[in-house]
Amino acid sequence: MLSQFLQFLFSGITNGSIYALAALGFSIIYNASGVINFAQGEFIMLGGMGTVIMVAAGVPLPLAILIAVLVTALVGMALEKFAVEPAGNAEVVTLIIITIGASIFIQGVVQAVFGKGQHALKPFSGDTPINIGGATILPQSLWVLGVTAVIVVLLWWFFNRTLLGKAMLATAHNPLAARLVGINTRFILLLSFVLSAVLGAIAGIIVAPITLTSYDVGIMLGLKGFVAATLGGLGNGLGAVVGGLLLGLTEAMAAGYLSSQYKDAVPFVLIILVLFFMPRGLFGARVTERV
Amino acid sequence: MLVTAAVILALPLFLPNPFYYDVVIRIGMNAIMVVGLNLLIGYAGQISLGHAGFLALGAYASGILTGRYGWPPIAAMAAGMAGVGILAYVLARPILKLKGHYLAMATLGMGIIIFIVLTQESQWTGGPDGMSVPAFSLLGRELSGEKNWYWVTGALLMLALWLALNVIDSPVGRALRALHGSEVAAQVAGVDTSHFKVLVFVLSAVIASATGSLMAHYIGFITPTVSSFFHSIELVTMVVVGGMASIFGSVVGAAILTMLPQLLSGFEGFELVAFGAILMLTMIFMPRGLVPTLAAKLRRA
Amino acid sequence: MALLEVRDLDMVFGGVHAVQNLSFSVRPGTIHSVIGPNGAGKTTLFNMITGLYKPTRGAIYLGGDAVTAKPPHELARKGMSRTFQNLQICFNMSALDNVMVGSHLRLNQRLMPAMLRLPKLKKADSACREQAAELMKFVGVGQYVKADASQMPYGALKRLEIARALAAKPKLLLLDEPAAGLNNTETKEIDELIQKVAHSGVTVVLVEHDMKLVMGISDHILVLDYGKKLAEGTAEEIRRNPDVIVAYLGGA
Repeated sequence: MLSQFLQFLFSGITNGSIYALAALGFSIIYNASGVINFAQGEFIMLGGMGTVIMVAAGVPLPLAILIAVLVTALVGMALEKFAVEPAGNAEVVTLIIITIGASIFIQGVVQAVFGKGQHALKPFSGDTPINIGGATILPQSLWVLGVTAVIVVLLWWFFNRTLLGKAMLATAHNPLAARLVGINTRFILLLSFVLSAVLGAIAGIIVAPITLTSYDVGIMLGLKGFVAATLGGLGNGLGAVVGGLLLGLTEAMAAGYLSSQYKDAVPFVLIILVLFFMPRGLFGARVTERV
Repeated sequence: MLVTAAVILALPLFLPNPFYYDVVIRIGMNAIMVVGLNLLIGYAGQISLGHAGFLALGAYASGILTGRYGWPPIAAMAAGMAGVGILAYVLARPILKLKGHYLAMATLGMGIIIFIVLTQESQWTGGPDGMSVPAFSLLGRELSGEKNWYWVTGALLMLALWLALNVIDSPVGRALRALHGSEVAAQVAGVDTSHFKVLVFVLSAVIASATGSLMAHYIGFITPTVSSFFHSIELVTMVVVGGMASIFGSVVGAAILTMLPQLLSGFEGFELVAFGAILMLTMIFMPRGLVPTLAAKLRRA
Repeated sequence: MALLEVRDLDMVFGGVHAVQNLSFSVRPGTIHSVIGPNGAGKTTLFNMITGLYKPTRGAIYLGGDAVTAKPPHELARKGMSRTFQNLQICFNMSALDNVMVGSHLRLNQRLMPAMLRLPKLKKADSACREQAAELMKFVGVGQYVKADASQMPYGALKRLEIARALAAKPKLLLLDEPAAGLNNTETKEIDELIQKVAHSGVTVVLVEHDMKLVMGISDHILVLDYGKKLAEGTAEEIRRNPDVIVAYLGGA
């Protein structure tokens, strides 16, 4: 009984960590620009695919990771410069279609160059499962948890302790006021895309040894990241992390105890139920509209 | 309206073979669906990223009721519309309290849940492999052949356009546009905004269901991918590329997005790249959509 | 009997008392002004009266009926109408359509007749269109009858909102800073328009933060300060009230 529960728990927090990183990516861009970046999942795919392909070509793993992250960051930058910025203050639907267009474009390029095949990345430190309380956990899962924890701490430090991080938060609260006190909001916008791309790439790399990767893995991961971000309340960093973990756990428990067939439906049922009762997610501020 | 009628009447003169008829029929069916979706998204300003789900429910209602239970197609279609109408009505109140991206999330989730149910409940739907659907028939006469389907689709499209234009140019249409323009202003003027949001959501869902039934009978085979997230996006893209709050934009958007895959099949291996690029570029350079942008250009010239 | 009565109204936003223990009543056929410095709680008061905010405590009566926290569209049905300090114009519509939204409640709002373009509905709609055009002339924006709302200048949009509010044929019209952002000539014109509206039998409640402006046209003035009633009375009484003088001219 307990061991089974632990097994679901491990699987839940591992996936939950990836959702949390994806959700953080959504939240950072949403805060800086008000845009929901439907291409967030492609950052995850690019990180994983990039590393896999370079390792296959003989590049040492650390270098491959570095290059994959850099390439993804460049893609994030290009997305902001050439797709989001020129659109200006377009309607929400229009921006959604632009980022979905970008997502399809990125998938298309990867598929055209590297094909439709699935690829596996070798685990960072072996694949001997570790036994805990009758349940097993893969060393790679520990990598996922550890890296996610380090990233969350680094982000907390960045947003609360550095001038640049505070400038980003200020821009999120009030772009006009931020500009008036001399913050370069266009740079902040670009930075938010780079930061999200880097987070996505890292998530894609650490999860690649567990789930296999291909040109289209970004779609579902991206959508679940969006669910996690919404669950916690869009633009809320802590909410994104909690939302991601909660989503991973609910999914693992529902798949384990209820129905594995409907595993992929769980996040969407969860988010719809939560939104029915909390229209701005779990940690979203209750706002009174000003008129 | 007259232009569309003329195009529908004259088009058969220029269609050399059944393949072209087929493309035009699909355009017409998509256009009917998109007109309804435009009422919701373009006029009332409420996003839905899950309407392909309603389309699929209509298609499967027709497939299952006619194929397994031998219902007359028209009755199956009506049952689908009624069922989808009720489902949409129940979902609409809580869903349409949400705004912007939260609304996008909830409708997206709704569509994906429908997709997963259709894929998993294979004893009813045939699962991922899909199911075949009997031909459409009315009063014992079977509807078959591209030409017959062409005229039926053309007539239904004209009907949809007429009804939609009437709605827009009426107190209901003004209420819908007003709640898009300023929800508080509409409320204060006496518009029961949640009632009208529900109304237009249900209307667009019922139209989607009817179109789904038609498509199922026409194509003769359905799979759960009709309800996929990507298909919902494709439908919303038809609305936005043609032009939000433009009924004729819906027809243009449906035409472009339906033909695009055929046109792009020449770029072997690069269809996705081209499709993504076209979506991005159209939206960046014509955020208001083709028809409104061109109409504004013409007026200025 | 009072057309509008507000009793012991309180509104708290996260610990801040925006409106505190406020009571007053508005007699029919008068121009009643609410004045006070920025942040005095005037717009919050309007938002509660028109059903956009739910008061923390207290009651609101319209024509003797309790209407506290009723949704705005039901209040509209009971003859309440308003304009907004920050314009709430539907820029996706023509100017005339904006005004016609105001007559929503007097038209057939059902879907089926609209879909089928029933002649009766069309007739009522075109009559309403003519009335809307008349109203635009009445408020002084007749030259924009064929324009889109997005083509109109700020001052004209303020009047367009008044036309939309009047299209509902209200008993009670609440105007939230109708002169904000206007120059002296425009302000004088708006004052004249408000008087014209009041003479047509509509009771007007006016929010302004500029005291000079309302002195000439108001039958009754309520002065708010930090959400509380500071003074109440005719223009003459307010002008001589020592509390008001202190609040407006600074402590002596």
